[in-house]
Amino acid sequence: MRIGVITYPGSLDDRDAQRAIKLAGGTPVPLWHADNSLKKVDAVVLPGGFSYGDYLRCGAIAAQAPATKEVIKLAEKGLPVLGICNGFQVLVEAHLLPGGLIRNEHQHFICRDQKLRVENNQTAWTSLFEKDQEITIPLKNGEGGYIATPDTIKMLEEENRVVFRYLEVNPNGSMNDIAGLTNERGNVVGLMPHPEHAVEPGFGPDRPEAMRSGTDGLKFFQSVITQLVRS
Amino acid sequence: MFWKKKKPSGVDTVLNASQTPEKEQPWKELGLKEDEYQKIREILGRRPTSSELAMYSVMWSEHCSYKSSKIYLRQFGERVTPEMKKHLMVGIGENAGVVDIGEGLAVTFKVESHNHPSYIEPFQGAATGVGGIVRDILAMGARPVAVMDQLRFGSANHPDTARVLNGVTSGISFYGNCLGLPNIGGETVFDSVYQGNPLVNALGIGALKHEDLKLAKASNKGDLVILFGARTGADGIGGVSVLASESFDSTGPTKRPAVQVGDPFAEKVLIECCLELFQSGSVAGIQDLGGAGISCATSELASNGGMGMRIQLKNVLLRDENLTPEEILMSESQERMCAIVPKKKLKDFKKIVEKWEVEYSVLGEVIGEDRLYINWGKEEIVNVPPRTVAHDGPVYNRPVEYPKYQDSLNSDSSKKLKRAENETELATQIMQLIASPNQADKSWVTSQYDKYVMGNTALAMPDDAGMIRINEETGLGVALATDANGKYCYLDPYEGARLALAESYRNVSVTGAVPRAVTNCLNFGSPENPEVMWQFKQATAGLADACQELGIPVTGGNVSFYNQTGDQAIYPTPVVGVLGVIDNVARRIPSGWQDDGNNIYLLGTTYDELDGSAWAKDIHDHLGGKPPRLDLKKERDLAELIHGASIQGLIEAAHDLSEGGLAVAVIEASLRFNIGCRIWITELMERDGLDQTAALFSESQSRAIVTVGREDDVKFQALCEARGVPVLRIGVTDKESQAIDIQGIAKLPLSDVRRAWQQPLVAV
Repeated sequence: MRIGVITYPGSLDDRDAQRAIKLAGGTPVPLWHADNSLKKVDAVVLPGGFSYGDYLRCGAIAAQAPATKEVIKLAEKGLPVLGICNGFQVLVEAHLLPGGLIRNEHQHFICRDQKLRVENNQTAWTSLFEKDQEITIPLKNGEGGYIATPDTIKMLEEENRVVFRYLEVNPNGSMNDIAGLTNERGNVVGLMPHPEHAVEPGFGPDRPEAMRSGTDGLKFFQSVITQLVRS
Repeated sequence: MFWKKKKPSGVDTVLNASQTPEKEQPWKELGLKEDEYQKIREILGRRPTSSELAMYSVMWSEHCSYKSSKIYLRQFGERVTPEMKKHLMVGIGENAGVVDIGEGLAVTFKVESHNHPSYIEPFQGAATGVGGIVRDILAMGARPVAVMDQLRFGSANHPDTARVLNGVTSGISFYGNCLGLPNIGGETVFDSVYQGNPLVNALGIGALKHEDLKLAKASNKGDLVILFGARTGADGIGGVSVLASESFDSTGPTKRPAVQVGDPFAEKVLIECCLELFQSGSVAGIQDLGGAGISCATSELASNGGMGMRIQLKNVLLRDENLTPEEILMSESQERMCAIVPKKKLKDFKKIVEKWEVEYSVLGEVIGEDRLYINWGKEEIVNVPPRTVAHDGPVYNRPVEYPKYQDSLNSDSSKKLKRAENETELATQIMQLIASPNQADKSWVTSQYDKYVMGNTALAMPDDAGMIRINEETGLGVALATDANGKYCYLDPYEGARLALAESYRNVSVTGAVPRAVTNCLNFGSPENPEVMWQFKQATAGLADACQELGIPVTGGNVSFYNQTGDQAIYPTPVVGVLGVIDNVARRIPSGWQDDGNNIYLLGTTYDELDGSAWAKDIHDHLGGKPPRLDLKKERDLAELIHGASIQGLIEAAHDLSEGGLAVAVIEASLRFNIGCRIWITELMERDGLDQTAALFSESQSRAIVTVGREDDVKFQALCEARGVPVLRIGVTDKESQAIDIQGIAKLPLSDVRRAWQQPLVAV
């Protein structure tokens, strides 16, 4: 299963996403922002980072990159796309997901192990989770506050398109504690926290059993691989 | 400014300099001493041009030339024994030291100060500190893999501290996070001596394969000198010297800030671009542009390679077309690098920089003559032997004087301080210590840093050391810790420096890694004050002696002088970083306990040592006497014991004892994973002849607490005995209680302790 990871200038977690895909049993395919071709990959990850230095607005310039244009085209045909943190911001700027992401309410960058509830396990990237399952993966962002118009929020809730919700602490002031979203079709998912940082024992979030042993992020990548195998 | 801008041909040429030998020059305003100016005239056989004067002034500044410290720093290199050299690939003198860690891999690391800019403009000052150290690492051919910061601020309740703390933390967070480098540790200390002189030190770590090691030098005639990265602007002009002072009159051109402005995005792109350039073999060497900008890069590259250069300064790409040649030579604009490129590789070079959309321009070429020629258009404005600029700066043996206050300070022992009379008082003191900003939770700072990026962080704050995996296949990794106790150093700079090394060494050891190399950042007051110079002399001697005794070499470092406001110097603060190697990071030891019912052991001997302690400072506002004694053999024994026990899998957790003694260590180990404990100290008091206060708060060295599963007790105790390390069972972990029960003294609910511990930094 070949899963592409796009590197924009300023992408930071691209190597981490590639490692996560490998650990989940897939083949990571590095993609370059300036290329028009997605090399016929089966799914795409837009990684975290500060593409183009977050100049203008986070994700705004990356949304115009040739590779992103290709992602938009293929997403409409059902290509599974996962946007993590800056990747989520790119998806929003590219109008694949609604709403916007603004500066954290408390004005500081924050890095913490974040508890989430899986609200929707019917997407390409969450099918191996139980509904309402509680997971912990790292969160690290400066501009992760999700906002949308009341109508959009209402629509997202009614259509069950909120995929993840923050539990215990809302780390950035997101409306309705929204941590992640999907599109109507369920193939595009964007979220602020970082599943690719919770895939390998020893390097993930702390767990009660052992330090840094959390691997809840692995299921994101396993979900998409399982689904692609089935289809 | 002092040079008159008469465009276009108002530049001071070499010819002009020879013809007007008596022209008044602003050497004093540029921070040079009269004899230094005369020496420049002697070297050149004429007066310097204004461009040459600019170059010499920045390169001969204390920051670049180490003129006051050089005679003391030599001992670090001279006293490296063959044992210490075994793993040393590059020692002192290069951009950063390089240490062999096995499996064909090496690590480079270095710590540098950015103190002065961070007080003036905390955000940019701290941000560009990170940027600068990362470029040093990159110049060695290494991929930067982590950063750490050593921060010292004024008193937590002073109104200005919030400004500096906030600015510095956001600056580091902004720059480091955007570079994609995990921030894995450091220090945050508050003390009123740092009020007008906060210390902002930044440490960078890089990893490389042995064969990828690069040294920045220009050794081949005909190679091209290429400047690439950001354009040169008017920021940070003369940042290293005293150029940005009030003495410039307001009628001149705009007074430019001496603090540089950072663009981490440009630096991130530059990192990837440089690594690709190294890989492609299209560059002979790359030098970073930091302090003293183009002056430094050209003269150092040429001098290092024993060659010369011919440079056309008009080829420098500018952000501001109005910059004068002098300004261009001195600008410290960030995110720039200088490459030496063989002519036939220019095409490959261009392809890579263009891929990364990085701008470049060819400045000139390497020549076989021992001369650095710089032209401004057709006019020659610099004609100097490069070595005289880069390496043959003045060296001072400054006067040294035993401080007048020293004897009375040392005789003012903490013995006279009132100790707790009953258990209630002891419990109150424990809570006071944990709620003091220096012992308090630092996560307000550290949660603003990304510790996850790159996916190789095995330990980070609040563990004793940061640890990262270097080889993803085998788990080979490195641990790094830094320490400096300014109070100990003030009481005795010689012992204080040894103690700083010992604590860093211990912090690395308790993670299960084996210490291998040392770096330092020596923060002191004015070298023109003989008492400060005495502190410096003592501290460097102490550090060199201790390194030799522990058998680990200093690989490089940095000196920051003039950290003083008026006559008030900071405490001598030699920040010492120790790098350790661990064969597999999966074996690392956590600093807190996670399991129920494990035995807690205290390793080492406790003496009644409260001089200079957190207890004396935070309970009695007292600083006097002598710092704790240190026997480095015991330190080595402790380290070897922990390493041995960790190899056998006997230790579940280990935490070093330092500020605040046993009481603070136990609390930190409990709070790490929110697991309580029962502690008893009566046996300890009896064995070591202590009262309760000393048992709980003494800061005796070479001690650690470890937890061991019950099934391994016998084995572990036998190991301690065999190694001759004193061991005493002082308690047991207790998951149910949710409290720290120091029996007979106090039962402190974890939630109360955590609240008190978290409050201070949030309050700032």
